[in-house]
Amino acid sequence: MIFPSRDFKVLSGFSSDLEARGVLCSPEPGTPQGRAMLTFMASDSEEEVCDERTSLMSAESPPPRCCQEARQGLEDGENAAQWRSQDSEEDLDDADRYVCSGVPGQPLGLEEELTLKYGAKHVIMLFVPVTLCMIVVVATIKSVRFYTEKNGQLPYGAGREQSLQPAISLSIYTPFTEDTPSVGQRLLNSVLNTLIMISVIVAMTIFLVVLYKYRCYKFIHGWLIMSSLMLLFLFTYIYLGEVLKTYNVAMDYPTLFLTVWNFGAVGMVCIHWKGPLVLQQAYLIMISALMALVFIKYLPEWSAWVILGAISVYDLVAVLCPKGPLRMLVETAQERNEPIFPALIYSSAMVWTVGMAKLDPSSQGALQLPYDPEMEDSYDSFGEPSYPEVFEPPLPGSPEGELEEEEERGVKLGLGDFIFYSVLVGKAAATGSGDWNTTLACFVAILIGLCLTLLLLAVFKKALPALPISITFGLIFYFSTDNLVRPFMDTLASHQLYI
Amino acid sequence: MTAAVFFGCAFIAFGPALALYIFTIATEPLRVIFLIIGAFFWLVSLLFSSLFWFMARTITDNKDGPIQKYLLILGVLVSVLIQEMFRFMYYKLLKKASEGLKSINPDETAPSMRLLAYVSGLGFGIMSGVFAFVNTLSDSLGPGTVGIHGDSPQFFLNSAFMTLVIILLHVFWGIIFFDGCEKKKWSALLVVLLTHLLVSALTFISPHYGINLVSTYIIMVLMGIWAFFVAGGSCRSLKFCLLCQDKDFLLFNQRSR
Repeated sequence: MIFPSRDFKVLSGFSSDLEARGVLCSPEPGTPQGRAMLTFMASDSEEEVCDERTSLMSAESPPPRCCQEARQGLEDGENAAQWRSQDSEEDLDDADRYVCSGVPGQPLGLEEELTLKYGAKHVIMLFVPVTLCMIVVVATIKSVRFYTEKNGQLPYGAGREQSLQPAISLSIYTPFTEDTPSVGQRLLNSVLNTLIMISVIVAMTIFLVVLYKYRCYKFIHGWLIMSSLMLLFLFTYIYLGEVLKTYNVAMDYPTLFLTVWNFGAVGMVCIHWKGPLVLQQAYLIMISALMALVFIKYLPEWSAWVILGAISVYDLVAVLCPKGPLRMLVETAQERNEPIFPALIYSSAMVWTVGMAKLDPSSQGALQLPYDPEMEDSYDSFGEPSYPEVFEPPLPGSPEGELEEEEERGVKLGLGDFIFYSVLVGKAAATGSGDWNTTLACFVAILIGLCLTLLLLAVFKKALPALPISITFGLIFYFSTDNLVRPFMDTLASHQLYI
Repeated sequence: MTAAVFFGCAFIAFGPALALYIFTIATEPLRVIFLIIGAFFWLVSLLFSSLFWFMARTITDNKDGPIQKYLLILGVLVSVLIQEMFRFMYYKLLKKASEGLKSINPDETAPSMRLLAYVSGLGFGIMSGVFAFVNTLSDSLGPGTVGIHGDSPQFFLNSAFMTLVIILLHVFWGIIFFDGCEKKKWSALLVVLLTHLLVSALTFISPHYGINLVSTYIIMVLMGIWAFFVAGGSCRSLKFCLLCQDKDFLLFNQRSR
């Protein structure tokens, strides 16, 4: 499974690395230093490097201090105040630490205000792709019967062979059937399935950490490429087949292959190499949706819910415990002064020109990290180090005053979060008795959880997992809406009463 | 039922809210966040109301008969109370957030309380309308004949108009409520609560759509006028706006030259 995202600290020092990835810094407009934005990442923290600008800057001015913070909207003023006081404390920290600061000479309040304003913007930049992914998943679930049917009940024989493959591989991880007569037995089976799945996840994470520790980058990279190939071609083919069947549209094989080939090839290029940002984002959203649909179809009912709960707990543990694998991964990367390349990151970077001649005109764009769609693992994958980097804002001490250029870093969210959010909402859409209220309630709950996570990040300023709060809210609202609110609203609707 | 019914009712119910969202909220990320939080508060209030109703039903052991109807009525009234309570709680939360922001940055760049009142009202309204109507709407796409057992054939239209009026009412109630809280005019809060109870109670006479709907619309117009004056409008500014002589319009025209 994909790891829940985390944020990470920006470390200074390796800024000369053009290939530093995963920049978290989101500069405030007008403020030369980047302020790190909250980045959620798929596997784990990545070092945020305020890149080569930093190294250039340190030669002539105090090091730019970026720190990553979630800019929560103006919702919680106290947090902002707290952030501000923390900021001033850390002002005199060692140069290795990025701390948020303002432009020297500018009133801090103005910066903070701009910070907060841009914080809200970044929250929305996360809301939009998450919403889009959920919409795709819910629309597919509600219209294409295939994804809500159980494995053995495919109406069309032709699809049987294709769909058996993921079924087989997933059923390896959830071998205990849920077709048992008693509730207790079913619950026990789902818990056992969850244990197996989670232990597979833990094992894969540790394996990845070991690979990273021993610098087997090529292996990881090859693994990633294979995974995204499978996802972009095979799963898309199955999906397209099922959609065409649902709408009874005939398509000949040559056209089909041409379509799938183009889709897959462009996707590989966009995700693993360079491409327009919007296209890359669209592809990442689509593959997250495809992954989520696979999970919704092939995980047994109760197991899926227990797995969702368990993976939030695991995420919490893995990120916050000192010996958690993800935390160790981050620390290893920090020791080596390398950026960690997460498996999947959705990046909403918007970078405008900086105008500093000496700075490298780093290209636009998003971090394009290879996606590891393997169902059985896909933890950290490390991307290629040659991706264009998101640009850094100009120096504070820049004489020409080119700081006026507004720059923004995007926010990044790990695709694992997309996938699990969509699994939750998709399951709510699939298993509710045609009830849209449950789906909407889960949707709102997940968005609120995301908001809260960003808020907590602003408060704590350390790596935090993005799954627990959202999934907890989602689960609470799913079960309560399904069991309490639905009968109430149905009764009201049938009597045409309005509250 | 036809696609015409589906789209027609969908746009009747949600068209104005969608327009309000697109033109006033979607451009500012902060407002979107406050809208979603408002929707969340309404959702939690609904959760508590359902919990109350559920517990009341289990206490009376689910016996059928008139007691279920009375329980439902009680459930509706309690739900209205809980919704207004949550509106108050949302007001408190926004107040704290605003104050926190003001202390950091004295420049008035944070959204004003009036704007937050509008946004929160819209959040409540959208969530309320969606929860009330979206299941009905999705059923209207399926097969069926409306009113085949003698019920009114205008079921969908009536529901759509009712949903619309509820959404608009929530917006106006939000504005009036927050203003009442700001100026410590507790009578305003009471009026909001009473009109909400009245509107819900009016729906109890449900098969008689005419009375139900018309009186609710009258209440909505009254609330709208009150909210307009509370939000700082005046007859003069309305006149200028309608005659295209207001400041924004004039400035805009200047710019295009």
